[in-house]
Amino acid sequence: MSVFSVPRLRAFVLAVLPVLAFLIVWEAYVRIAGTDPTVLPSPSRILLTTFDSLGVLLVNTRQTLIEAGVGMGIALVAGCALGALIAASPMLRRMLYPPLVVSQTIPMIALAPLLVIWFGFGILPKLLVVALVTFFPIVVSVADGLASTEPEMIRLLQSMGASRWQIFWKVRAPGSLPYLFSGVKISITYAVIGAIFAEYVGAFQGLGILMQNAKNSYRADLMFSAILVTAVLSVGMFLAVVGLEKLLIPWHARSTQREEG
Amino acid sequence: MARVALANQRVSAHATVTAAGVYKSYRLDGEPLPVLEDVSFEIGSGEFVSFVGPSGSGKSTLLNLLAGLEEPDRGRITISGSTDRLGHAAYMPQKDLLLPWRSALDNAVLGMEVHGVPREDARHRAREMFEIAGLAGFERSLPAALSGGMRQRVAFLRTVLTPGSVMLLDEPFGALDSLTRSELQEWLMRMWERLSTTVVLVTHDVEEALLLSDRVYVMTRRPGRIKLVHEVGLPRPRSLEVLDSEEFVRSKSALLRAVRGEV
Repeated sequence: MSVFSVPRLRAFVLAVLPVLAFLIVWEAYVRIAGTDPTVLPSPSRILLTTFDSLGVLLVNTRQTLIEAGVGMGIALVAGCALGALIAASPMLRRMLYPPLVVSQTIPMIALAPLLVIWFGFGILPKLLVVALVTFFPIVVSVADGLASTEPEMIRLLQSMGASRWQIFWKVRAPGSLPYLFSGVKISITYAVIGAIFAEYVGAFQGLGILMQNAKNSYRADLMFSAILVTAVLSVGMFLAVVGLEKLLIPWHARSTQREEG
Repeated sequence: MARVALANQRVSAHATVTAAGVYKSYRLDGEPLPVLEDVSFEIGSGEFVSFVGPSGSGKSTLLNLLAGLEEPDRGRITISGSTDRLGHAAYMPQKDLLLPWRSALDNAVLGMEVHGVPREDARHRAREMFEIAGLAGFERSLPAALSGGMRQRVAFLRTVLTPGSVMLLDEPFGALDSLTRSELQEWLMRMWERLSTTVVLVTHDVEEALLLSDRVYVMTRRPGRIKLVHEVGLPRPRSLEVLDSEEFVRSKSALLRAVRGEV
């Protein structure tokens, strides 16, 4: 299907319409009521500020993107390893699963400042926060994915004389990829927000610290610009994962399409 | 044809299957549930043998035992004279179990891959078989793009190409519609005539067993015992026309009577 086919265009228009309506009402309200721009700037003003501050926005976005990306990478490696351990044996599952669930109950708002106290204002506490908020969906999806292999499939491989290792790499691991991608799609939406939150607690650079500075200097317009960039960044990363999924596991997209069709 | 025989290296005088006094039971709610009782047989190299019986006659258990996936409680099972069976028989379950991320060709080479056959070698052999099996042109198709009958053919090729002296087929056509089923039965007959490998087929379909086999074993209901051994005298090569022959009809009604006595 082409990117510009009629159904896609239709879907796009339908999605944009309510947002557009909202922005028009907002713009009209600010102009008619004459609101103070330090309290609520108009969409047009936010757009202008975004273009004017493109330089500072880009520098900070770059920092946040690196934190979100690398943090996500750490989560991916740690998540796959833990997921594989959990799927490896019922004993390991019983040992690892409960502490993992408990780890997710720790409020990040308490942990992030502690991480800054321990590791300073550098990139490390940001990476840790991003990794901590993103790795859980990955662990769960990998563990479920590895456990989803049909028992008959495993028996077939055993009858061929396959080792555990061969069964893992030829059947279980590739079969868990669709699950992994579901987990990553959930995680990636937390990654940027996690990075921004960590920066907010204390940082030299990044969208989080930019937001804090904007707030402190009553620059509501710049604040909204940063929000806009954050949204674009998150959606962009999500779409990158979707693209990667289509590239790496085309068989999955095709088989699900078949089931739906 | 010589090349095909080469492709399946271990087709040789050693490809025999024996069972002697085999007993097997499972535990159901702590109670022992006997599944197979005193099962003995000898299958010679290159023979096509079927086991028929009602559900619960332990047919699938028997195949699992032959494949080495399970061990008998008592008795002895050998393939090519050895009780070490895992990796020495090519097992084909009822489901095609094709890996959705592998092309038809790469699915067919799975068994060879597990046995450590070099990739290019394996693919080369598989390509030849695709030609013979009437699957040429579908090497690169993903399983999702294939019909049920074609998926089953690919699964069968995977079985044929899996190094091992014996093929164990567990109701390979059970999940197919009757038209595809008889088409594949005839296809299997042609393939076996070319490959001359030892085949053990498990089915509940008497007609299928008679059509394909040199010998048919009828199993009793649980616990499964061999009730009747029937040598199929039909000449080879056979075709579906044999279904109408007098001998076929006579054998069929005898076998059906034996199986029905068990239902």
